[in-house]
Amino acid sequence: MKRDWLYQAGLLAAAGLVLWFFVSNTIHNLETRRIASGFGFLWREAGFEIGETGAIAYGAADSYLRALGVGLWNTLRIATIGVVFATLLGTVIGLARLSPNWLLAKLAAAYVEVIRNVPLLVQLFFWYAIISENLPGPRDALQPLPGIFLSNRGIVFPTPWSTPELSGFNFIGGASLSPEFAALLVGLVTYTAAFIGEIVRAGVLSVGRGQVDAAYSIGLARRGALRFVVLPQALRLIVPPLTSQYLNLAKNSSLAVAIGYPDLVSIANTTMNQTGQAIEGIAIIMAVYLTISLSISAFMNWYNRRVALKGARQ
Amino acid sequence: MSRIAHWIRANLFSSWPSALATLAVLWLAWQLVPPFVDWALISAVWRAPDARACREAHGACWAFIGEKHRFILFGTYPFEQHWRPALATALLIFLWGYSSLKRSWNWWLPGIWAAGLALIAVLMWGGVFGLAYVENERWGGLILTLILATFGIALAFPLSILLALGRRSELPVVRAASIAYIELIRGVPLISVLFMASVMLPLFLPAGVTIDKLLRAQLALILFAAAYLAEVVRGGLQAIPHHQYEAAEALGLSYWTRTLHVILPQALRFSIPPLVNTFIGLFKDTSLVLIIGLFDLLTTVKVSLQEPAWSGLGVEAYLFVSAVYFAFCYAMSRYSQGLEHDAPARALKGS
Repeated sequence: MKRDWLYQAGLLAAAGLVLWFFVSNTIHNLETRRIASGFGFLWREAGFEIGETGAIAYGAADSYLRALGVGLWNTLRIATIGVVFATLLGTVIGLARLSPNWLLAKLAAAYVEVIRNVPLLVQLFFWYAIISENLPGPRDALQPLPGIFLSNRGIVFPTPWSTPELSGFNFIGGASLSPEFAALLVGLVTYTAAFIGEIVRAGVLSVGRGQVDAAYSIGLARRGALRFVVLPQALRLIVPPLTSQYLNLAKNSSLAVAIGYPDLVSIANTTMNQTGQAIEGIAIIMAVYLTISLSISAFMNWYNRRVALKGARQ
Repeated sequence: MSRIAHWIRANLFSSWPSALATLAVLWLAWQLVPPFVDWALISAVWRAPDARACREAHGACWAFIGEKHRFILFGTYPFEQHWRPALATALLIFLWGYSSLKRSWNWWLPGIWAAGLALIAVLMWGGVFGLAYVENERWGGLILTLILATFGIALAFPLSILLALGRRSELPVVRAASIAYIELIRGVPLISVLFMASVMLPLFLPAGVTIDKLLRAQLALILFAAAYLAEVVRGGLQAIPHHQYEAAEALGLSYWTRTLHVILPQALRFSIPPLVNTFIGLFKDTSLVLIIGLFDLLTTVKVSLQEPAWSGLGVEAYLFVSAVYFAFCYAMSRYSQGLEHDAPARALKGS
């Protein structure tokens, strides 16, 4: 026992020594480069414009803090919308893979294989190239459904209170998604859905055939068997890995910086380049993502306890 | 004939919803496949001196890939020396292929890897045997992606074993430190770890000491992969029946003897399929070094597209680079699936 504590004290001392080495070097380096440390820069004028500001009013004269707030809003926006659509598409893919229809099952399997084996960043660039280089201008916008317009300016769609109309070189009215947001959303959703599809498939497969037969034998119809027998058992297996996919989607949304969607990482990157406050910038990014990760984990743990077996050991 | 008809009936038209789904898929294929084949093959431009011929045609401009393939595959490596990264790439792929064979899993393997990697280092750097010296700022393309992934996984692996053991340790300080590291890294995006390595690491070092960009990115990938691999190894540790731990303890073996000779050999065998999956993830993740300005396979493609003469060919370029990544990742994922298939049989045999 005594040796254990000695061992741990040694480990702590070594870690402390490395930390002290880094910190003292950093302090020295910051002094020679005349960079003031601390978060005071957050209240200075940012001086750059942001393409999409969402719900937060922002101009170049506003502070860095406000700019980072816009970035956070944009990150939360893409992550929330992405999680909803990825779950829907992923469920469809997972169930399609289990379909008795051969064509549908093979198509879903091919989708999963292709999407999972190509880096997300390549897929984001691909979608962005399709939207910004290959879609026509607003005047010749594609109209897959009445009222929805696809053009190299992004996606325009109607809302209950306003319909988009072409006016001059762009659309007015309706709601719109910028090309960057649209590419990021399509990329994140299609990518994550491939992983969620596999989770859904494994979850449904885990419910034994005997369970389904038993459900039928006590007189439940197909709907009832799914609702009361298969789904509750499958969910128990699906929720934990689904949580990590949600976390992945939130973290992957940081690739926005590569296609110019102003998410938190992108704004923090600009801030670091302008102010030289690298440590503070990275600390902000990490703190925000850790908070998001922990919040998603906490929520999903709560949900997992709700769907878990009553009285089962967690 | 009736068997085919029977199959079609059973698998494509077994019920009304199934029949509708079949018709929907066929209609979609009819709408999408002919135009795609026309674009990608029939109307495509395969050879052209510049993008003008491409702009006049309606098809894909594969001439772009033909024109730029040397830069895409080898980056800014001196042109007349391209055989060196080409040979290094082939050697690395051979090493991976050889390691995937079960009969190569013996004590010769680390030696073969050491020799192979030394040879690759000589080929890439040069400076000996009459090879011109090429500094690693000029390395690029496919070999850079392969090197980042290979060293990333190879050096992260020992670290991850320590972290996994630490997470299951009975020493509170060791356990807390391991958990903190693993959860911190897994909670933040890779890009923030890369930023940290590229921007913050230089601040951590004494004045005058510098680490070049490639090494810093490599360090970030190692530290990042170690946290994910640690969880894979932990899964392997948890898969071992508890009586194995008890038996080893009852024999009076010390912690390190127990771990090295009883627990780890079994745990790592359980971990091989998920380990390959983590490697696929890391292989794909190396593409993020684009954001900190390293010339990997994706960066060379993106830089090629910036040339005004060839601009606007993003779709062709990214389809090509997707195909390259897919070839590697698909091969690895098939391999991992094959291993998973074998795993229960081997576990039962007790080998």
